Amino acid sequence: MPSASPAVEIDGLVMAYGDKVAVDGLSLEVARGSITAVLGPNGAGKTTTLETCEGYRVPQRGTVRVLGLDPRRDRADLLPRIGVMLQSGGAWSGVRAVEMLEHMSSLHAHPLDTGMLVDRLGLADCGRTPYRRLSGGQKQRLGLAIALVGRPELVFVDEPTAGMDPQARRTTWEMLEEVRADGVTVVLTTHHMDEAEHLADRIHIIDRGTLIASGTPAELTRGGRSATIRLVVNRPFPDGAPESLRAELGPLTEVRQLDEVSMLIHGPADASTLGRVSRWCETHGVLPQTLTLGQRTLEDVFLELTGRELDTPHDVLLPRPAPPNSAAGTPS
Amino acid sequence: MSTVDSRATGTFAPAPGGSGLRRMVLAQARMEARLLLRNGEQLLLAIVIPVIVLLGGVAAAGRLGSTFEGHAPVDLLTPGVLALAVMSTSFTSVAIATGFERRYGVIKLLGSSPLPRHGLLLGKVLALLVVVALQLVVLVGVALALGWEPSPADPPRTVLGLVLAVGLGTAAFASLGLLVAGALRAEATLALANLVYLLLMVGGGVVLPTSAYGTAGGVIQWLPSGALGEAMRSALVHASIDGRSLLVLATWALVGALLTAKTFRWE
Repeated sequence: MPSASPAVEIDGLVMAYGDKVAVDGLSLEVARGSITAVLGPNGAGKTTTLETCEGYRVPQRGTVRVLGLDPRRDRADLLPRIGVMLQSGGAWSGVRAVEMLEHMSSLHAHPLDTGMLVDRLGLADCGRTPYRRLSGGQKQRLGLAIALVGRPELVFVDEPTAGMDPQARRTTWEMLEEVRADGVTVVLTTHHMDEAEHLADRIHIIDRGTLIASGTPAELTRGGRSATIRLVVNRPFPDGAPESLRAELGPLTEVRQLDEVSMLIHGPADASTLGRVSRWCETHGVLPQTLTLGQRTLEDVFLELTGRELDTPHDVLLPRPAPPNSAAGTPS
Repeated sequence: MSTVDSRATGTFAPAPGGSGLRRMVLAQARMEARLLLRNGEQLLLAIVIPVIVLLGGVAAAGRLGSTFEGHAPVDLLTPGVLALAVMSTSFTSVAIATGFERRYGVIKLLGSSPLPRHGLLLGKVLALLVVVALQLVVLVGVALALGWEPSPADPPRTVLGLVLAVGLGTAAFASLGLLVAGALRAEATLALANLVYLLLMVGGGVVLPTSAYGTAGGVIQWLPSGALGEAMRSALVHASIDGRSLLVLATWALVGALLTAKTFRWE
Protein backbone atom coordinates (compact mmCIF):
# COMPACT_ATOMS: atom_id res chain seq x y z
CA MET A 1 0.00 0.00 0.00
CA PRO A 2 2.80 2.51 0.63
CA SER A 3 3.19 4.64 -2.42
CA ALA A 4 5.54 7.30 -3.60
CA SER A 5 2.73 9.77 -4.20
CA PRO A 6 2.01 12.13 -1.31
CA ALA A 7 -0.96 11.49 0.99
CA VAL A 8 -2.10 15.07 0.52
CA GLU A 9 -1.22 17.50 -2.27
CA ILE A 10 -2.52 21.05 -2.12
CA ASP A 11 -1.64 23.34 -4.98
CA GLY A 12 -2.53 27.03 -5.07
CA LEU A 13 -5.63 26.67 -2.88
CA VAL A 14 -7.71 29.82 -2.50
CA MET A 15 -10.75 29.94 -0.23
CA ALA A 16 -12.71 33.05 0.67
CA TYR A 17 -15.89 33.81 2.55
CA GLY A 18 -17.33 36.90 0.96
CA ASP A 19 -14.46 39.37 0.83
CA LYS A 20 -12.58 37.62 3.65
CA VAL A 21 -9.80 35.46 2.34
CA ALA A 22 -9.25 32.44 4.58
CA VAL A 23 -6.75 30.58 2.41
CA ASP A 24 -4.64 32.57 0.01
CA GLY A 25 -2.74 30.51 -2.56
CA LEU A 26 -1.65 27.70 -0.26
CA SER A 27 0.51 24.88 -1.59
CA LEU A 28 1.82 22.02 0.50
CA GLU A 29 2.36 18.28 0.55
CA VAL A 30 2.00 15.61 3.19
CA ALA A 31 4.17 12.49 2.92
CA ARG A 32 2.58 9.10 3.54
CA GLY A 33 3.18 7.57 6.93
CA SER A 34 4.19 10.83 8.55
CA ILE A 35 2.73 13.09 11.18
CA THR A 36 2.39 16.51 9.62
CA ALA A 37 1.43 19.51 11.69
CA VAL A 38 -0.27 22.53 10.22
CA LEU A 39 0.67 25.20 12.71
CA GLY A 40 -0.68 28.69 12.91
CA PRO A 41 -2.64 31.12 15.03
CA ASN A 42 -6.41 30.97 15.29
CA GLY A 43 -7.94 32.18 12.05
CA ALA A 44 -4.89 31.33 9.95
CA GLY A 45 -6.94 29.13 7.62
CA LYS A 46 -6.05 25.74 9.11
CA THR A 47 -9.57 24.41 9.53
CA THR A 48 -10.71 25.66 6.14
CA THR A 49 -7.76 23.88 4.55
CA LEU A 50 -8.54 20.65 6.40
CA GLU A 51 -12.22 20.84 5.51
CA THR A 52 -11.33 21.21 1.86
CA CYS A 53 -9.22 18.04 2.08
CA GLU A 54 -12.14 16.27 3.78
CA GLY A 55 -14.44 17.16 0.91
CA TYR A 56 -16.67 19.56 2.86
CA ARG A 57 -15.67 22.57 0.79
CA VAL A 58 -15.05 23.08 -2.91
CA PRO A 59 -11.72 24.76 -3.71
CA GLN A 60 -12.44 28.17 -5.20
CA ARG A 61 -9.09 28.08 -6.93
CA GLY A 62 -6.29 25.55 -7.01
CA THR A 63 -6.40 21.79 -6.60
CA VAL A 64 -6.51 19.41 -3.67
CA ARG A 65 -5.70 15.69 -3.92
CA VAL A 66 -6.02 13.32 -0.99
CA LEU A 67 -4.61 9.79 -1.43
CA GLY A 68 -4.50 10.70 -5.11
CA LEU A 69 -8.25 11.39 -5.19
CA ASP A 70 -10.35 14.51 -5.66
CA PRO A 71 -12.16 14.97 -2.32
CA ARG A 72 -15.35 16.14 -4.08
CA ARG A 73 -15.51 14.10 -7.25
CA ASP A 74 -14.17 10.88 -5.69
CA ARG A 75 -15.89 11.42 -2.35
CA ALA A 76 -17.44 7.95 -2.16
CA ASP A 77 -14.06 6.29 -2.71
CA LEU A 78 -12.14 8.60 -0.43
CA LEU A 79 -14.38 8.75 2.65
CA PRO A 80 -13.97 5.14 3.79
CA ARG A 81 -10.18 5.60 3.65
CA ILE A 82 -9.90 8.68 5.87
CA GLY A 83 -10.73 9.38 9.49
CA VAL A 84 -11.85 12.81 10.62
CA MET A 85 -11.77 14.43 14.03
CA LEU A 86 -13.75 17.65 13.94
CA GLN A 87 -12.68 20.64 15.99
CA SER A 88 -15.91 20.38 17.98
CA GLY A 89 -19.23 18.58 18.07
CA GLY A 90 -20.24 15.74 15.82
CA ALA A 91 -22.47 13.73 18.16
CA TRP A 92 -26.13 13.81 19.18
CA SER A 93 -26.57 15.52 22.52
CA GLY A 94 -28.38 12.53 24.03
CA VAL A 95 -26.15 9.78 22.69
CA ARG A 96 -23.93 7.94 25.18
CA ALA A 97 -20.19 8.11 24.57
CA VAL A 98 -19.62 4.43 23.90
CA GLU A 99 -22.89 4.13 21.99
CA MET A 100 -21.67 6.84 19.60
CA LEU A 101 -18.32 5.12 19.12
CA GLU A 102 -20.00 1.78 18.47
CA HIS A 103 -22.33 3.37 15.97
CA MET A 104 -19.44 4.87 14.01
CA SER A 105 -17.63 1.54 14.25
CA SER A 106 -20.64 -0.24 12.69
CA LEU A 107 -20.28 1.88 9.55
CA HIS A 108 -16.86 0.35 8.81
CA ALA A 109 -15.84 -3.03 7.40
CA HIS A 110 -12.89 -3.80 9.68
CA PRO A 111 -13.21 -1.50 12.68
CA LEU A 112 -10.85 -1.42 15.62
CA ASP A 113 -11.98 -3.02 18.84
CA THR A 114 -14.02 -0.29 20.50
CA GLY A 115 -13.25 -1.70 23.96
CA MET A 116 -9.54 -1.20 23.30
CA LEU A 117 -10.09 2.41 22.23
CA VAL A 118 -12.30 3.08 25.25
CA ASP A 119 -9.66 1.71 27.62
CA ARG A 120 -6.70 3.36 25.95
CA LEU A 121 -8.36 6.76 25.78
CA GLY A 122 -9.74 6.58 29.30
CA LEU A 123 -13.38 6.72 28.23
CA ALA A 124 -14.56 3.81 30.38
CA ASP A 125 -15.69 6.07 33.23
CA CYS A 126 -17.92 8.13 31.00
CA GLY A 127 -19.04 5.38 28.62
CA ARG A 128 -22.71 5.72 29.56
CA THR A 129 -22.64 9.50 29.94
CA PRO A 130 -24.73 11.44 27.39
CA TYR A 131 -22.54 13.44 25.03
CA ARG A 132 -23.84 16.80 26.28
CA ARG A 133 -22.53 16.03 29.77
CA LEU A 134 -19.00 15.02 28.72
CA SER A 135 -16.16 17.39 29.58
CA GLY A 136 -14.29 19.14 26.78
CA GLY A 137 -11.38 16.73 27.09
CA GLN A 138 -13.66 13.69 27.06
CA LYS A 139 -15.35 14.95 23.91
CA GLN A 140 -11.93 15.37 22.30
CA ARG A 141 -10.88 11.85 23.23
CA LEU A 142 -14.14 10.43 21.90
CA GLY A 143 -13.59 12.41 18.70
CA LEU A 144 -10.13 10.87 18.31
CA ALA A 145 -11.53 7.38 18.89
CA ILE A 146 -14.17 8.03 16.21
CA ALA A 147 -11.53 9.23 13.76
CA LEU A 148 -9.46 6.08 14.28
CA VAL A 149 -12.13 3.39 14.66
CA GLY A 150 -12.52 2.70 10.93
CA ARG A 151 -8.79 1.91 10.55
CA PRO A 152 -8.19 4.68 8.02
CA GLU A 153 -5.06 5.20 5.95
CA LEU A 154 -5.08 8.88 6.75
CA VAL A 155 -6.53 10.82 9.68
CA PHE A 156 -7.22 14.53 9.87
CA VAL A 157 -7.30 15.75 13.44
CA ASP A 158 -8.28 19.35 14.06
CA GLU A 159 -6.79 20.72 17.30
CA PRO A 160 -6.73 17.26 18.88
CA THR A 161 -5.68 18.26 22.37
CA ALA A 162 -7.65 21.49 22.82
CA GLY A 163 -9.19 21.47 26.29
CA MET A 164 -7.27 18.40 27.45
CA ASP A 165 -5.43 18.11 30.74
CA PRO A 166 -1.68 17.32 30.47
CA GLN A 167 -2.19 13.62 31.17
CA ALA A 168 -4.79 13.20 28.42
CA ARG A 169 -2.60 15.25 26.14
CA ARG A 170 0.30 12.88 26.60
CA THR A 171 -1.96 9.85 26.05
CA THR A 172 -3.19 11.41 22.81
CA TRP A 173 0.33 12.14 21.64
CA GLU A 174 1.42 8.57 22.39
CA MET A 175 -1.53 7.18 20.49
CA LEU A 176 -0.87 9.37 17.46
CA GLU A 177 2.77 8.25 17.48
CA GLU A 178 1.67 4.62 17.60
CA VAL A 179 -0.79 5.24 14.80
CA ARG A 180 2.04 6.60 12.66
CA ALA A 181 4.27 3.64 13.55
CA ASP A 182 1.52 1.36 12.22
CA GLY A 183 1.58 3.13 8.86
CA VAL A 184 -1.22 5.67 9.17
CA THR A 185 -0.64 9.20 7.89
CA VAL A 186 -1.63 11.87 10.40
CA VAL A 187 -2.42 15.49 9.54
CA LEU A 188 -3.06 17.64 12.56
CA THR A 189 -3.71 21.30 13.07
CA THR A 190 -2.58 23.00 16.20
CA HIS A 191 -1.70 26.39 17.52
CA HIS A 192 0.48 24.86 20.23
CA MET A 193 4.08 24.92 19.12
CA ASP A 194 5.08 22.31 21.71
CA GLU A 195 2.57 19.90 20.19
CA ALA A 196 3.95 20.43 16.70
CA GLU A 197 7.53 20.23 17.95
CA HIS A 198 6.90 17.04 19.91
CA LEU A 199 4.82 15.11 17.38
CA ALA A 200 5.45 16.25 13.87
CA ASP A 201 7.85 14.88 11.30
CA ARG A 202 7.14 17.94 9.26
CA ILE A 203 5.61 21.29 10.15
CA HIS A 204 3.87 23.71 7.84
CA ILE A 205 3.47 27.12 9.43
CA ILE A 206 0.48 28.99 8.07
CA ASP A 207 -0.38 32.59 8.68
CA ARG A 208 -3.23 34.52 7.07
CA GLY A 209 -3.91 31.70 4.67
CA THR A 210 -0.41 31.36 3.25
CA LEU A 211 2.47 29.03 3.97
CA ILE A 212 5.24 31.01 5.63
CA ALA A 213 7.63 28.19 6.54
CA SER A 214 7.96 24.44 6.14
CA GLY A 215 10.36 21.87 7.45
CA THR A 216 11.18 19.39 10.14
CA PRO A 217 11.16 20.80 13.67
CA ALA A 218 14.98 20.70 13.64
CA GLU A 219 15.22 22.53 10.32
CA LEU A 220 12.85 25.21 11.45
CA THR A 221 14.53 25.88 14.77
CA ARG A 222 18.11 25.52 13.57
CA GLY A 223 20.19 28.63 13.08
CA GLY A 224 18.16 31.71 12.81
CA ARG A 225 19.10 35.21 13.70
CA SER A 226 18.39 35.19 17.40
CA ALA A 227 18.55 33.22 20.60
CA THR A 228 17.37 33.51 24.15
CA ILE A 229 19.89 33.66 26.97
CA ARG A 230 18.79 32.99 30.48
CA LEU A 231 20.89 34.55 33.24
CA VAL A 232 20.56 33.90 36.97
CA VAL A 233 23.03 35.46 39.40
CA ASN A 234 23.99 34.95 43.03
CA ARG A 235 22.72 38.27 44.39
CA PRO A 236 20.39 41.07 43.33
CA PHE A 237 21.29 43.06 40.25
CA PRO A 238 22.31 46.69 40.79
CA ASP A 239 19.82 49.39 39.83
CA GLY A 240 19.56 50.04 36.11
CA ALA A 241 21.02 46.64 35.26
CA PRO A 242 18.83 45.90 32.21
CA GLU A 243 19.67 49.24 30.59
CA SER A 244 23.35 48.84 31.32
CA LEU A 245 23.40 45.32 29.92
CA ARG A 246 21.56 46.41 26.78
CA ALA A 247 24.13 49.15 26.27
CA GLU A 248 26.84 46.51 26.52
CA LEU A 249 25.19 44.12 24.06
CA GLY A 250 23.99 46.55 21.44
CA PRO A 251 20.70 47.92 20.16
CA LEU A 252 19.45 44.61 18.61
CA THR A 253 19.15 43.05 22.02
CA GLU A 254 16.13 42.93 24.28
CA VAL A 255 16.72 42.54 28.00
CA ARG A 256 13.95 41.69 30.39
CA GLN A 257 14.47 41.42 34.14
CA LEU A 258 12.30 38.61 35.52
CA ASP A 259 13.07 39.14 39.21
CA GLU A 260 15.91 40.61 41.24
CA VAL A 261 18.33 37.81 40.32
CA SER A 262 17.28 36.68 36.85
CA MET A 263 17.04 38.10 33.35
CA LEU A 264 16.06 36.95 29.88
CA ILE A 265 18.15 38.26 27.03
CA HIS A 266 16.84 37.97 23.49
CA GLY A 267 19.26 38.89 20.76
CA PRO A 268 21.77 37.89 18.08
CA ALA A 269 22.77 34.26 18.41
CA ASP A 270 26.54 34.53 18.30
CA ALA A 271 29.18 33.20 20.64
CA SER A 272 30.45 36.62 21.63
CA THR A 273 27.12 37.52 23.21
CA LEU A 274 27.63 34.95 25.97
CA GLY A 275 31.14 36.24 26.58
CA ARG A 276 29.96 39.82 26.85
CA VAL A 277 27.19 38.89 29.30
CA SER A 278 29.74 37.10 31.41
CA ARG A 279 32.14 40.11 31.31
CA TRP A 280 29.27 42.46 32.26
CA CYS A 281 28.55 40.30 35.34
CA GLU A 282 32.21 40.51 36.38
CA THR A 283 32.32 44.31 36.15
CA HIS A 284 29.02 44.64 38.06
CA GLY A 285 30.05 42.36 40.92
CA VAL A 286 27.53 39.53 40.41
CA LEU A 287 28.32 35.87 39.81
CA PRO A 288 26.37 33.99 37.13
CA GLN A 289 24.85 30.80 38.54
CA THR A 290 22.94 29.97 35.37
CA LEU A 291 23.97 31.23 31.98
CA THR A 292 22.30 29.25 29.20
CA LEU A 293 21.83 29.83 25.52
CA GLY A 294 18.28 28.77 24.77
CA GLN A 295 17.30 26.66 21.80
CA ARG A 296 15.45 28.66 19.20
CA THR A 297 11.82 27.64 19.45
CA LEU A 298 9.02 27.57 16.91
CA GLU A 299 7.64 30.51 18.81
CA ASP A 300 10.79 32.45 17.89
CA VAL A 301 10.47 31.32 14.29
CA PHE A 302 6.90 32.49 14.11
CA LEU A 303 7.75 35.77 15.79
CA GLU A 304 10.58 36.42 13.34
CA LEU A 305 8.44 35.61 10.32
CA THR A 306 5.35 37.54 11.28
CA GLY A 307 6.32 39.95 14.01
CA ARG A 308 3.55 38.47 16.15
CA GLU A 309 3.28 35.90 18.87
CA LEU A 310 1.83 32.56 17.84
CA ASP A 311 -0.57 32.20 20.74
CA THR A 312 -1.97 35.67 20.34
CA PRO A 313 -5.02 35.15 18.22
CA HIS A 314 -5.37 37.95 15.74
CA ASP A 315 -8.56 38.97 14.08
CA VAL A 316 -10.14 35.89 12.56
CA LEU A 317 -10.22 36.03 8.76
CA LEU A 318 -8.63 39.37 8.15
CA PRO A 319 -10.17 41.28 5.29
CA ARG A 320 -7.72 41.81 2.48
CA PRO A 321 -8.91 44.39 0.04
CA ALA A 322 -5.58 44.55 -1.77
CA PRO A 323 -3.77 41.22 -1.87
CA PRO A 324 -0.04 41.69 -2.38
CA ASN A 325 0.14 38.88 -4.92
CA SER A 326 -2.43 39.22 -7.65
CA ALA A 327 -1.93 35.62 -8.84
CA ALA A 328 -3.33 34.45 -5.53
CA GLY A 329 -5.74 37.28 -5.07
CA THR A 330 -9.32 37.45 -3.94
CA PRO A 331 -11.59 35.34 -6.10
CA SER A 332 -14.68 37.04 -7.35
CA MET B 1 -15.82 -8.31 12.59
CA SER B 2 -12.62 -9.41 10.92
CA THR B 3 -9.29 -8.50 12.42
CA VAL B 4 -7.26 -8.73 9.18
CA ASP B 5 -3.92 -9.84 10.64
CA SER B 6 -3.79 -6.74 12.84
CA ARG B 7 -1.32 -8.39 15.23
CA ALA B 8 1.24 -8.82 12.50
CA THR B 9 1.21 -5.21 11.38
CA GLY B 10 0.14 -3.28 14.46
CA THR B 11 -3.09 -2.35 16.14
CA PHE B 12 -3.84 0.62 13.94
CA ALA B 13 -2.65 -0.83 10.63
CA PRO B 14 -4.96 0.54 7.96
CA ALA B 15 -7.86 -1.67 6.86
CA PRO B 16 -10.34 0.89 5.62
CA GLY B 17 -13.75 0.29 4.08
CA GLY B 18 -17.45 0.84 4.57
CA SER B 19 -19.54 -1.95 6.03
CA GLY B 20 -21.94 -2.06 3.09
CA LEU B 21 -24.99 0.09 2.42
CA ARG B 22 -27.51 -2.31 3.96
CA ARG B 23 -25.63 -2.63 7.25
CA MET B 24 -24.91 1.08 7.41
CA VAL B 25 -28.53 2.05 6.78
CA LEU B 26 -29.79 -0.43 9.36
CA ALA B 27 -27.26 0.82 11.92
CA GLN B 28 -28.25 4.42 11.25
CA ALA B 29 -31.96 3.57 11.50
CA ARG B 30 -31.47 1.71 14.79
CA MET B 31 -29.50 4.63 16.21
CA GLU B 32 -32.01 7.27 15.14
CA ALA B 33 -35.03 5.26 16.31
CA ARG B 34 -33.38 4.71 19.71
CA LEU B 35 -32.65 8.43 20.06
CA LEU B 36 -36.19 9.40 19.02
CA LEU B 37 -37.72 7.03 21.57
CA ARG B 38 -35.30 8.08 24.29
CA ASN B 39 -36.37 11.68 24.08
CA GLY B 40 -39.11 12.53 26.57
CA GLU B 41 -40.60 15.47 24.65
CA GLN B 42 -40.81 13.39 21.50
CA LEU B 43 -42.71 10.69 23.34
CA LEU B 44 -45.12 13.31 24.65
CA LEU B 45 -45.72 14.45 21.11
CA ALA B 46 -45.87 10.95 19.68
CA ILE B 47 -48.09 9.14 22.17
CA VAL B 48 -49.32 11.22 25.08
CA ILE B 49 -50.98 14.06 23.17
CA PRO B 50 -52.78 11.79 20.68
CA VAL B 51 -54.05 9.60 23.55
CA ILE B 52 -55.30 12.68 25.42
CA VAL B 53 -57.03 13.95 22.29
CA LEU B 54 -58.69 10.58 21.79
CA LEU B 55 -59.80 10.17 25.42
CA GLY B 56 -60.86 13.81 25.68
CA GLY B 57 -62.74 13.76 22.36
CA VAL B 58 -64.60 10.57 23.17
CA ALA B 59 -65.50 11.78 26.68
CA ALA B 60 -66.66 15.18 25.43
CA ALA B 61 -68.77 13.64 22.66
CA GLY B 62 -70.26 11.17 25.15
CA ARG B 63 -71.22 13.97 27.52
CA LEU B 64 -72.78 15.98 24.69
CA GLY B 65 -74.49 12.80 23.53
CA SER B 66 -73.52 13.65 20.00
CA THR B 67 -72.71 11.31 17.17
CA PHE B 68 -70.92 12.35 14.01
CA GLU B 69 -72.79 11.64 10.80
CA GLY B 70 -74.30 8.61 12.47
CA HIS B 71 -70.92 7.20 13.57
CA ALA B 72 -69.82 6.58 17.15
CA PRO B 73 -67.37 9.30 18.26
CA VAL B 74 -64.53 6.84 18.79
CA ASP B 75 -64.96 5.49 15.27
CA LEU B 76 -64.63 8.92 13.73
CA LEU B 77 -61.94 10.26 16.11
CA THR B 78 -59.57 7.29 15.92
CA PRO B 79 -58.52 7.78 12.27
CA GLY B 80 -57.92 11.46 13.00
CA VAL B 81 -55.83 10.69 16.07
CA LEU B 82 -53.76 8.18 14.09
CA ALA B 83 -53.23 10.91 11.49
CA LEU B 84 -52.18 13.29 14.25
CA ALA B 85 -49.61 10.78 15.47
CA VAL B 86 -48.20 10.39 11.96
CA MET B 87 -47.96 14.16 11.61
CA SER B 88 -46.29 14.69 14.99
CA THR B 89 -43.47 12.26 14.34
CA SER B 90 -43.00 12.77 10.61
CA PHE B 91 -43.06 16.53 10.75
CA THR B 92 -42.31 17.87 14.21
CA SER B 93 -39.96 15.19 15.52
CA VAL B 94 -38.07 14.86 12.25
CA ALA B 95 -37.68 18.63 11.91
CA ILE B 96 -36.45 19.13 15.47
CA ALA B 97 -34.12 16.11 15.46
CA THR B 98 -32.62 17.05 12.10
CA GLY B 99 -32.29 20.71 13.04
CA PHE B 100 -30.23 19.80 16.07
CA GLU B 101 -28.22 17.21 14.12
CA ARG B 102 -27.15 20.06 11.87
CA ARG B 103 -26.42 22.32 14.80
CA TYR B 104 -24.37 19.71 16.70
CA GLY B 105 -22.35 18.73 13.63
CA VAL B 106 -23.75 15.18 13.58
CA ILE B 107 -24.57 15.44 9.90
CA LYS B 108 -21.14 16.90 9.29
CA LEU B 109 -19.36 14.05 11.06
CA LEU B 110 -21.50 11.44 9.29
CA GLY B 111 -20.58 13.26 6.09
CA SER B 112 -16.99 12.16 6.62
CA SER B 113 -17.96 8.54 7.30
CA PRO B 114 -18.56 5.84 4.68
CA LEU B 115 -22.34 6.35 5.09
CA PRO B 116 -23.43 8.22 1.94
CA ARG B 117 -26.07 10.94 2.12
CA HIS B 118 -28.76 8.81 0.54
CA GLY B 119 -27.91 6.16 3.14
CA LEU B 120 -28.40 8.72 5.88
CA LEU B 121 -31.77 9.66 4.41
CA LEU B 122 -32.81 6.01 4.08
CA GLY B 123 -31.82 5.38 7.69
CA LYS B 124 -33.87 8.36 8.80
CA VAL B 125 -36.93 7.17 6.85
CA LEU B 126 -36.60 3.67 8.28
CA ALA B 127 -36.29 4.97 11.84
CA LEU B 128 -39.30 7.17 11.24
CA LEU B 129 -41.39 4.26 9.95
CA VAL B 130 -40.45 2.15 12.97
CA VAL B 131 -41.50 4.91 15.37
CA VAL B 132 -44.74 5.56 13.45
CA ALA B 133 -45.54 1.83 13.51
CA LEU B 134 -44.98 1.71 17.28
CA GLN B 135 -47.23 4.74 17.75
CA LEU B 136 -49.99 3.20 15.66
CA VAL B 137 -49.82 -0.06 17.62
CA VAL B 138 -50.20 1.77 20.95
CA LEU B 139 -52.95 4.10 19.72
CA VAL B 140 -54.90 1.32 18.00
CA GLY B 141 -54.74 -0.59 21.29
CA VAL B 142 -56.15 2.37 23.22
CA ALA B 143 -58.85 2.94 20.59
CA LEU B 144 -59.90 -0.71 20.61
CA ALA B 145 -60.14 -0.55 24.39
CA LEU B 146 -62.50 2.41 23.97
CA GLY B 147 -64.70 0.35 21.69
CA TRP B 148 -63.38 1.42 18.31
CA GLU B 149 -64.61 -0.67 15.38
CA PRO B 150 -63.10 0.08 11.98
CA SER B 151 -65.46 -0.31 9.05
CA PRO B 152 -66.09 -4.03 8.46
CA ALA B 153 -67.23 -3.46 4.87
CA ASP B 154 -64.06 -4.35 2.97
CA PRO B 155 -61.06 -5.21 5.21
CA PRO B 156 -58.47 -5.53 2.42
CA ARG B 157 -59.39 -2.14 1.07
CA THR B 158 -59.35 -0.64 4.56
CA VAL B 159 -55.83 -1.95 5.10
CA LEU B 160 -54.69 -0.75 1.67
CA GLY B 161 -56.17 2.68 2.28
CA LEU B 162 -54.52 2.85 5.71
CA VAL B 163 -51.12 1.82 4.38
CA LEU B 164 -51.29 4.32 1.50
CA ALA B 165 -52.41 7.14 3.80
CA VAL B 166 -49.73 6.44 6.41
CA GLY B 167 -47.03 5.98 3.77
CA LEU B 168 -47.81 9.09 1.74
CA GLY B 169 -48.62 11.13 4.85
CA THR B 170 -45.28 10.21 6.38
CA ALA B 171 -43.48 11.09 3.13
CA ALA B 172 -45.26 14.44 2.80
CA PHE B 173 -44.68 15.55 6.38
CA ALA B 174 -41.13 14.24 6.56
CA SER B 175 -40.13 16.12 3.42
CA LEU B 176 -41.65 19.30 4.88
CA GLY B 177 -39.93 18.67 8.22
CA LEU B 178 -36.58 18.29 6.48
CA LEU B 179 -37.28 21.43 4.45
CA VAL B 180 -37.69 23.46 7.65
CA ALA B 181 -34.74 21.79 9.41
CA GLY B 182 -32.40 22.27 6.47
CA ALA B 183 -33.08 25.95 6.04
CA LEU B 184 -33.53 27.44 9.53
CA ARG B 185 -31.46 27.53 12.69
CA ALA B 186 -32.15 24.77 15.21
CA GLU B 187 -34.03 27.04 17.64
CA ALA B 188 -36.19 28.51 14.89
CA THR B 189 -36.92 25.00 13.65
CA LEU B 190 -37.95 23.95 17.15
CA ALA B 191 -40.33 26.87 17.51
CA LEU B 192 -41.81 26.65 14.02
CA ALA B 193 -42.24 22.87 14.06
CA ASN B 194 -44.17 23.02 17.33
CA LEU B 195 -46.26 25.99 16.24
CA VAL B 196 -47.22 24.42 12.93
CA TYR B 197 -48.10 21.20 14.74
CA LEU B 198 -50.41 23.03 17.15
CA LEU B 199 -52.07 25.06 14.39
CA LEU B 200 -52.65 22.02 12.21
CA MET B 201 -53.90 19.95 15.15
CA VAL B 202 -56.54 22.56 15.91
CA GLY B 203 -57.35 23.95 12.48
CA GLY B 204 -55.80 21.60 9.93
CA GLY B 205 -58.51 19.01 9.46
CA VAL B 206 -56.49 16.26 11.09
CA VAL B 207 -58.60 15.16 14.03
CA LEU B 208 -61.94 16.55 12.87
CA PRO B 209 -63.28 16.07 9.33
CA THR B 210 -62.73 19.00 6.99
CA SER B 211 -66.53 19.20 6.73
CA ALA B 212 -66.55 20.33 10.38
CA TYR B 213 -64.79 23.58 9.41
CA GLY B 214 -67.58 24.95 7.23
CA THR B 215 -66.42 26.89 4.19
CA ALA B 216 -62.78 26.82 5.40
CA GLY B 217 -62.89 23.07 4.85
CA GLY B 218 -62.63 23.71 1.11
CA VAL B 219 -59.12 25.08 1.68
CA ILE B 220 -58.15 22.75 4.49
CA GLN B 221 -58.66 19.64 2.39
CA TRP B 222 -55.71 20.74 0.24
CA LEU B 223 -53.38 20.98 3.25
CA PRO B 224 -51.29 17.90 3.96
CA SER B 225 -52.97 17.68 7.36
CA GLY B 226 -56.50 17.77 5.95
CA ALA B 227 -55.60 15.34 3.19
CA LEU B 228 -54.03 12.88 5.63
CA GLY B 229 -57.01 13.11 8.00
CA GLU B 230 -59.51 12.58 5.17
CA ALA B 231 -57.55 9.68 3.68
CA MET B 232 -57.43 7.95 7.08
CA ARG B 233 -61.13 8.51 7.70
CA SER B 234 -62.05 7.25 4.24
CA ALA B 235 -60.06 4.07 4.82
CA LEU B 236 -61.13 3.33 8.38
CA VAL B 237 -64.67 4.73 8.48
CA HIS B 238 -65.89 4.04 4.96
CA ALA B 239 -63.49 1.33 3.78
CA SER B 240 -62.79 3.45 0.71
CA ILE B 241 -59.66 4.83 -0.87
CA ASP B 242 -59.67 8.61 -1.10
CA GLY B 243 -57.74 9.08 -4.33
CA ARG B 244 -57.84 12.85 -4.27
CA SER B 245 -56.43 13.15 -0.75
CA LEU B 246 -53.71 10.62 -1.54
CA LEU B 247 -52.79 12.61 -4.63
CA VAL B 248 -52.64 15.79 -2.53
CA LEU B 249 -50.27 14.03 -0.11
CA ALA B 250 -48.10 12.72 -2.94
CA THR B 251 -47.87 16.21 -4.41
CA TRP B 252 -46.83 17.71 -1.07
CA ALA B 253 -44.23 14.95 -0.69
CA LEU B 254 -42.82 15.65 -4.14
CA VAL B 255 -42.78 19.43 -3.77
CA GLY B 256 -41.29 19.16 -0.27
CA ALA B 257 -38.58 16.77 -1.45
CA LEU B 258 -37.63 18.95 -4.41
CA LEU B 259 -37.47 22.10 -2.31
CA THR B 260 -35.49 20.28 0.38
CA ALA B 261 -33.00 18.98 -2.17
CA LYS B 262 -32.54 22.54 -3.42
CA THR B 263 -32.30 24.34 -0.09
CA PHE B 264 -30.96 21.87 2.50
CA ARG B 265 -27.74 23.09 4.08
CA TRP B 266 -25.75 20.26 5.63
CA GLU B 267 -24.05 22.49 8.19
